[in-house]
Amino acid sequence: MNILNQKLAENLFKLRMVEDQISKKYSEQEIRCPVHLSIGQEAIAVGICQNLSLKDQVYSTHRCHSHYLAKGGNLKSMICEIYGKQSGCCGGRGGSMHLMDVSVGMMLSLPIVASVIPIAVGAAMSHKMKKKKDIVVVFFGDAAVEEGVFHESANFASLHDLPILFVCENNRYSCFTEINKRQPSEDLIRLAKCHEIESLKMNGNNVIEVLNQSKQIIDKVKKFSKPFFLQLDTYRFVEHCGPNNDDYLKYRDDKEVTEWIKNDPIEIFLKYLEKKNQYNEKKIEEIKRKINIEINEAFKFAQKDKFPKPSSLKKYVYAE
Amino acid sequence: MPNKDRILSASEAILEATDQMMKKDNNLILIGEGINDPKGIFGTTINLSKKYGEKRAIESPISENGITGIAIGLGINNFKVLLIHQRVEFALLSIEQIFNNAAKSFYVTNGQHNVPIVIRMIIGRGWGQGPAHSQSLETIFSYIPGLKILIPSSAYDAKGMLVSAISDPNPVIILEHRWFHYVEGVVPSNIYKSDIKKPKVISKGKDLTIVVSSYNVNEIIFCSEILKEFKIYLEIIDLRVLRPLNLNPILKSVRKTKKLIIFEIGNKTYGVGAEIIASILEKNHNIFGCPPSRVGLPDSPTPSTRGLAKKFYPNQIDIMKQIINQLNLSNEDEKLILNLLKKKSPPHDIDIPNPKFKGPF
Repeated sequence: MNILNQKLAENLFKLRMVEDQISKKYSEQEIRCPVHLSIGQEAIAVGICQNLSLKDQVYSTHRCHSHYLAKGGNLKSMICEIYGKQSGCCGGRGGSMHLMDVSVGMMLSLPIVASVIPIAVGAAMSHKMKKKKDIVVVFFGDAAVEEGVFHESANFASLHDLPILFVCENNRYSCFTEINKRQPSEDLIRLAKCHEIESLKMNGNNVIEVLNQSKQIIDKVKKFSKPFFLQLDTYRFVEHCGPNNDDYLKYRDDKEVTEWIKNDPIEIFLKYLEKKNQYNEKKIEEIKRKINIEINEAFKFAQKDKFPKPSSLKKYVYAE
Repeated sequence: MPNKDRILSASEAILEATDQMMKKDNNLILIGEGINDPKGIFGTTINLSKKYGEKRAIESPISENGITGIAIGLGINNFKVLLIHQRVEFALLSIEQIFNNAAKSFYVTNGQHNVPIVIRMIIGRGWGQGPAHSQSLETIFSYIPGLKILIPSSAYDAKGMLVSAISDPNPVIILEHRWFHYVEGVVPSNIYKSDIKKPKVISKGKDLTIVVSSYNVNEIIFCSEILKEFKIYLEIIDLRVLRPLNLNPILKSVRKTKKLIIFEIGNKTYGVGAEIIASILEKNHNIFGCPPSRVGLPDSPTPSTRGLAKKFYPNQIDIMKQIINQLNLSNEDEKLILNLLKKKSPPHDIDIPNPKFKGPF
């Protein structure tokens, strides 16, 4: 297995296994904040972030675990944050929907679906003004383009030629509501076109395709300082918010669910390795074993970590 | 040598503060709808794009929420942003960004992202501005921890508060009454800061405390001068800083006068006065010699026609009657005071601030 494939395998398995562990631990009622798991959508974060440097910035939404980890965010700080502990990346003030790690360029995550988009555009503007060659990547879901501020942001980024990559993860559902009940078309790049932003729509579950396509796009955005809109179709395997499968509620068609589960990004990647004669079971097991150790350490650390002191409630309301 | 005795209008003072701060700090960005218009936001941004270029004085698309988020994004990436709305109501489209992100980022990120942005919002009045161009909504913004809310009344503060706000690491909202732009006063030519931590006693007196803000300060100063002829002395407190609210100057004054009137720039119901009176009572329920009172806008939208605006905006006579009532003056004194007020008050319509005002804004 070459170094790149090993890196992709490590990231894909790490994202999946961390989420699985959160899912497993959730019933203990010690993780007491809403969790929007990324299970099934990992290829997008892994494929894109593989092309980013530490100085490239990422902005994300409520479903931010995958972006945080793929960008290299500290696992212990993430788990502590979800447990509401003082060593969390936000000291417990944010929770699962506000993950950030400035040291690796994971700048901000915000839970109102399109809320982070203009902030990312402002960041891209700061890069342009400082004549930096770094890119800003903003991840959001298919419902975010239904909020006006997406259009305000896209218009502004296009008008000012800002170096930003809009990544729309289309998982087809806003909570329980299917995209065709919310929009006249599932072709979301139509919305980029109307703002004169170059765009591409593709499958988001094939990490190799995402990696290769986004590399070209990112290079282009950096070189020409122009925004780009990338629609990546994908699917979440568990409920919108929470650790469980909720398909017994029948809001998603059985056939559709089965079809997407067959397109599990990890399975697709493993098949790719086999095809390329790169599959090495021992190596994969070794990767998973190491990740498991790291995860167990992080959870142990978080469970032992202290809550922030109640007396610090009003700290950081205002900067001095 | 800085000129310390120069007289400027508040709008000239705002322009000068913005100009001087942009000159001083290359990382200060100006953005807003109409900032590069020939009229430059009532003269407060005129020629700045010519001086500093359209990349630093950015004419904005009509995207209030978007540009607020963009300002935050610039703010957490080492820029400072001055954002301007020609009416408070335009800012309503950006409440999501202001409340959820600007106000909370420093807190939620455990002190990692402060948001050094200033948002100027202009409160309209008169010349038929009507229901959606005349609200101050100051308590709506003041409700949110993490924001600083300023409401200047003098030309001195117009410049000094803006300098302080731009120098502050937090999101600061400045509410400017449209008629306050005409207020003139001493404005030093050097860069200086005004205190943005507390209200200020602008006139000492022993008989009654009046808490007032923005354009209404002028109305009260006029009433106060009339009352002096009757040996009645008001203690006038210019509220200035709505959040964080520092009650101390008001408490100190009320301990002395035992009487309090709050003259609101906005609505009486759920207004600033309600917060101030409740907070004082929580600390000391015996402090008042008579029930405190509030003068503010009634429970109706602002009518456009001056035929109805007469009844909508409290005038000098309304506030004077409230003062007379609290002081328990005789009918005879009341008549004398009101007659003198009518005699001295220059005749002007309810929808026009002073003879210099020609509209159409």
